[in-house]
Amino acid sequence: MTTFKTTALALLTTAMVTPLSAQTLDLAWSQDATGLDPHTQPGFATIRLLELMYEPLVRLDANLELQPAVAESWAFSDDGLQLTFQLDPDAMFHDGTPVTSADVAASFTRILDEETGAIARANYTSIIEIQTPDDHTVTFVLDGADAPILNGMASVNAAVVPASAIEAGTIATEVVGSGPFTLESRTPNASANLVAFDGWHGGDVAYDNIAISVLPDETALLAALRAGQADFALINDPLVATLIPQSPGLSLNTAPTLSYYVLQLNAAREPMDSLPLRQAISCAIDRQDILDAALLGEGEVTGPLTSPAYRTDPSGLFCYEQDQDRARELLAEAGYADGFTATVMAATGEPPTASSVAQVIQSQLAEVGIELEIEMQELSVYIDRWLAADFDMAVALNGGRVDPYTMYNRYWTRDGNLQGVANYIDDTLDSLMNEGRTETDPARRSEIFAEFEGHLADMSPWVWLFTGNTYTAQVEGVSGFEASPTGSLFGLVDVTLAE
Amino acid sequence: MTYLLRRLAVFPLVMLGVSVFVFVAIRLVPGDAITAMLGTEAGMLTPAQREALTAYFGLDQNWAVQYGRWLAGLFRGDLGISVTYGQPVLDLILERFPLTLQLALMSMVIALLIGLPAGVFAAVHANRASDLIVRILAMVGQSMPNFVVALLAIFILSVGFGVLPTMGSYVHFTEDPLGNLAQMILPAFALGTAFAAAVTRITRAAMLDILSEDYVRTARSQGFSERYVIWRHALPNALIPVLTLSGVEFGYLLGGAVIVEQIFALPGLGRVVLDAILERDYALVQGVILFIAFNFMLVNLLVDLAYAALDPRIRYGNQS
Repeated sequence: MTTFKTTALALLTTAMVTPLSAQTLDLAWSQDATGLDPHTQPGFATIRLLELMYEPLVRLDANLELQPAVAESWAFSDDGLQLTFQLDPDAMFHDGTPVTSADVAASFTRILDEETGAIARANYTSIIEIQTPDDHTVTFVLDGADAPILNGMASVNAAVVPASAIEAGTIATEVVGSGPFTLESRTPNASANLVAFDGWHGGDVAYDNIAISVLPDETALLAALRAGQADFALINDPLVATLIPQSPGLSLNTAPTLSYYVLQLNAAREPMDSLPLRQAISCAIDRQDILDAALLGEGEVTGPLTSPAYRTDPSGLFCYEQDQDRARELLAEAGYADGFTATVMAATGEPPTASSVAQVIQSQLAEVGIELEIEMQELSVYIDRWLAADFDMAVALNGGRVDPYTMYNRYWTRDGNLQGVANYIDDTLDSLMNEGRTETDPARRSEIFAEFEGHLADMSPWVWLFTGNTYTAQVEGVSGFEASPTGSLFGLVDVTLAE
Repeated sequence: MTYLLRRLAVFPLVMLGVSVFVFVAIRLVPGDAITAMLGTEAGMLTPAQREALTAYFGLDQNWAVQYGRWLAGLFRGDLGISVTYGQPVLDLILERFPLTLQLALMSMVIALLIGLPAGVFAAVHANRASDLIVRILAMVGQSMPNFVVALLAIFILSVGFGVLPTMGSYVHFTEDPLGNLAQMILPAFALGTAFAAAVTRITRAAMLDILSEDYVRTARSQGFSERYVIWRHALPNALIPVLTLSGVEFGYLLGGAVIVEQIFALPGLGRVVLDAILERDYALVQGVILFIAFNFMLVNLLVDLAYAALDPRIRYGNQS
């Protein structure tokens, strides 16, 4: 009798507890991933989704410091020519197979193969050989000292994928990663369902599912939070973000981003090939004023270096305080005392603030006699013209990286992929960049890049403006999320939900 | 019957024209699938990488070859593969179309349920205060864009009442009818109101014309009740302009109501084609536009056939 009662009670409790214990985090964002192949998909939205399921060798935490992921530890050889990783023996793919050095080697071989179209390939071209002495050790042999490569590997674009999936050609269609969540179902541009992976070597996740909804309208995100339909949302529009703190029961997480707003001057075109003229533009601009008007002050005026470890007070850089008299003098020196006319292009809606930034710049430059015509363009058109350097000036929001070399070698070294877009180069920039690449002493690297930054501001090929913020918002009961300057949502693994 | 056959014979020709037009138009837009996908990172590709991607997207062939391949596929019922979804275009259309069809039907029903009685009422009470009120409401309804109605509805519901239709997790009617209706009613309402206002105004104008016609006066003089005269004699004739309006509007709705689908996060045809254009997903754009054109022609044909049913004076077969 007692046994029966206990059993009945046990059954009853299980029945009551089970549905409660399946906790779901309802996540909403406005842009959806564009594909599932971590090596070829660079999009912000895609990376946000894939980094919950795939793992690189190392990852960056909210302070942008390197943390173990698939690798447990790592070290450069003394000459800096070998980088060796020890893999976490507990790391396991979603299909239950352990992560081995063979998977790492296969993943990097795939990334380095030009046929793959892997987007981060340029970061790893110093690798000349990958050695796998045992199942848990991988050594990358480099053609020269390459300090930034380690940070460059801390990206889901360098995810470790199963060698078997590469062979089977299923990377683009099936997600088999070693990360904290598995992909249960997905409808592109509508929804996705992630399930916490029991075998994740990084520890336990405090809830069972993430249900992702794609709500393409940013204001609908706010409505969904207010109505309790979403627990957590990724927000892009600063205007929507500033409404969050005024809504009862909602809180906003912000972090300054690494990406930066910049006014690019095409120094290969007249009259922007004149140094005093470019400097005049730099002096004519009030950066804080643009930030206040276009982004409601949500951000920080910045020099070229945006990574916290290298960031300095920009007020010491050339003409960071608006000085219109100086601007007029420099214009006269360049032979344009009466100003000149030029066009500035910006992408519509990408970022949402681009057109306002262009308008404020237009009105500020008008004060010293420079007349700007704004050309708003759809993103793909903008990008095509941008890549072809077919513009006088361009308002751009460029992505940042933790390491200044990885961030800028594409623009400011002679053989950088995007040197044709930057269209300005001198020996100082090229040599400082290459010095920074091979230097492994952090203090010395800071000096090198500070010098690089000062020189860039002096030469003003571009006018660096400010960095914005990344925003996420959550309802009461969601706690433990730490915002990262990369916009990463990996911090969701530390989140707990109230019952 | 010959009329119907003649109309049907035109279909393939129009479709061919549309397909050529769309094929060329989307390719004339600068930017390709590669830059659309990679953004500024496209500048990081080495020439060999770019070549591999170009071949993968089928962009290495000239236009004539691309079009020929696509057309050949079309005859086999194969509209190509969408590069963003990695799925056959036809599957995607068939997956998304039921939602768009349902939304169009629901908005149409809402529009007619509100618009017809309101228009008849206004015509019968012409130039009285009640007519004026209906006309003002119709004016407001028509001049307010449907996305404003949509956003207002969302805000009133979320801020005022703390509820919201479930968004971003669309369920099919067959899976969960109530859940489906809960998601669809607000978007249908947002689309239906502007449409209802137009129906009201057209119905009112047509009714006013007809109520002054001889045969209506004859019917009245024969002693039929006013109600009978209005609903049985006058309304069927007044329906013809309403039908024309509804046909055109329904055709548009079948193309997807992009902004409303966007605001309510509904995965309908409108959003698919918008995304496809932005991502330069050529096969998907071509397939969806062709499908929309087909729907438009079909709806127009049905409207023309319905004219004949409504008004015995219209008989297409006897013409020519």
